[in-house]
Amino acid sequence: MVLYFLTLVLFVMGVYCLIAKKNIIKKIIGLTITDYAINLFIILIGYRANGIAPILFKNMTMKELSEQGVDPLPQALVLTSIVIGLGVLSLMTAICLRLYEKYKTFDMGEINRLKG
Amino acid sequence: MQTAYPLFSVLPLAAAFFNLLVTKLNKKVADYIAFVVTGTLAVMAVLTVFEAPFAYRVGGFPAPWGILLISDGLSSLTLVIINVIAFLAVIYSTKYMTMYTAKPKYYSLLLLMIAGMNGVVCTGDLFNLFVFLEVASLASYALVGFGCEHEELEASFKYLILGEVASTAILFGIAFLYSMTGTLNMPDLARQLEIVGINKAVAFVIALFIMGFGLKASTVPFHAWLPDAHPSAPAPISALLSGVLIKAIGVYAIARIMFDVVGPNAMVSTILMFLGALSMVVGVFLAVGQSDIKRMLAYHSISQMGYVMIGLGLGLNPNVPALVAAMALFGGIYHFVNHAVFKSLLFLCAGSFEFRTGTRNRYEMGGLIRKMPVTSTACSIASLSISGVPPFNGFWSKLIIIVALVQAGYYIYGGIAVLVAFVTLVSFIKLQRFVIFGQLPARFAALKESPFAMTFPLVVLAILCLGLGLAYPFLDHSVLQAARNALLDKLSYMGYILGG
Repeated sequence: MVLYFLTLVLFVMGVYCLIAKKNIIKKIIGLTITDYAINLFIILIGYRANGIAPILFKNMTMKELSEQGVDPLPQALVLTSIVIGLGVLSLMTAICLRLYEKYKTFDMGEINRLKG
Repeated sequence: MQTAYPLFSVLPLAAAFFNLLVTKLNKKVADYIAFVVTGTLAVMAVLTVFEAPFAYRVGGFPAPWGILLISDGLSSLTLVIINVIAFLAVIYSTKYMTMYTAKPKYYSLLLLMIAGMNGVVCTGDLFNLFVFLEVASLASYALVGFGCEHEELEASFKYLILGEVASTAILFGIAFLYSMTGTLNMPDLARQLEIVGINKAVAFVIALFIMGFGLKASTVPFHAWLPDAHPSAPAPISALLSGVLIKAIGVYAIARIMFDVVGPNAMVSTILMFLGALSMVVGVFLAVGQSDIKRMLAYHSISQMGYVMIGLGLGLNPNVPALVAAMALFGGIYHFVNHAVFKSLLFLCAGSFEFRTGTRNRYEMGGLIRKMPVTSTACSIASLSISGVPPFNGFWSKLIIIVALVQAGYYIYGGIAVLVAFVTLVSFIKLQRFVIFGQLPARFAALKESPFAMTFPLVVLAILCLGLGLAYPFLDHSVLQAARNALLDKLSYMGYILGG
């Protein structure tokens, strides 16, 4: 339960950073933190105390595996999610650099040509 | 078609990759690759409509463990919309994109976006849906900023941040659902949720999904990115974003999850109808005052998606008579198709005007019907369609939605829908008055019609606008009805877990 709560704290910190900070680099960091919080949450779903790797060895029955093995699916999901996060992060950084070239600032308050 | 079903996302994905390699040797090939791939996909999509529903098992794994691709009425209809409009947008791009540099990269991003949208529509697995949604979204963020000017980059960054917040919410919802039910397969999930019922956790997941997919579909409290992002993209991309993307990864995903996975529910119905009505009103009133044509069209997208949402919302309500709910849903899906046709047509027309005049401000144009007759006529037809003038297609779908609202006893929502249709008409009459008719400024005296590659898609879409409207009372509506039944029939959706 404590772990879930800490994940929530991490998530809220990320959201705060995303909303309250003016600097776009900090916004990117905030978004990445929320992303990691969700990834940790997915890992926690598959967590089992003293669990073993979900591989069926020869000297093991199906029942033993299902009682001791961790759920492999969340781990696969998190891998995919991390890769997507990497793609998003690199695109964000690229746009951020281009924005700096044009506006000569990282301050979102000064990048305001559009009305929204 | 069954064995070729995964090609809908595999083919554009592969083409996007090879396109970049091949164009290192010869830049001219890019046009042909995109043309052939999207043409093939459009033909395949039209063929899929005539198939009976089926489920495809990826890799041959049986259903709850492997990934299912599902083809039913709604998904095949959405595939047709996506791929036909993408094909026309590619034809248009061959000439329009000469305004920009780096054409091969543009086509690769476009193909990636198509792959993502097709994937979202085909899949029967929730996590798979998320992955394809991210593929489509990432490509669209990059395409919005494709011009690399001040406004475009700003719009792209704004869209990216908000879009990623939405994706985070969706992923959180998916993780929550998995922790409750232990499955990600959508038909299996539907069966599991039938047992669990709507408890607090499921309600939380629904809220996350409405926020996430609602942001992708730009319903009103989450709409702030759309009026910036859609006009900033190149015109064929605006047409795809407004005409297809917000439907495929927003409305389609909401409809699929709310109807087939969660099932009819009065609470969700109330929320969707309220958001729909809010979108209609806010979108249309913000649109009236805009001087930039594309920005105005973007606001109208918000408003028109409200009609679709209100139709879907009423269809989701278990307390109204089944016939009325079915009618509302039919209207919603019909408007979904019509909006894709006329909104992409309007954006392509705006692009065509911009291509020749170099401006998007409607007060700087005028009298263009004398110089650009084809584009102007197409623009008039689309304007009449979107404002719901009979006998164009927009009229019938709005009429069905309004009649269903009145029959279900939602008189206020019905009144709002009529009012919004009227304000839309006013707004588009202003567009006609300032752009197509009126005084031709002296500096446009030597203006020519756009090239054939740009007028051809306009003509095709204008004929579709007219055809879908004029033929409506006479033809049978089996395609639309199949799409509606796919949503209403939750039991047969759960059955896909066995078949395939």
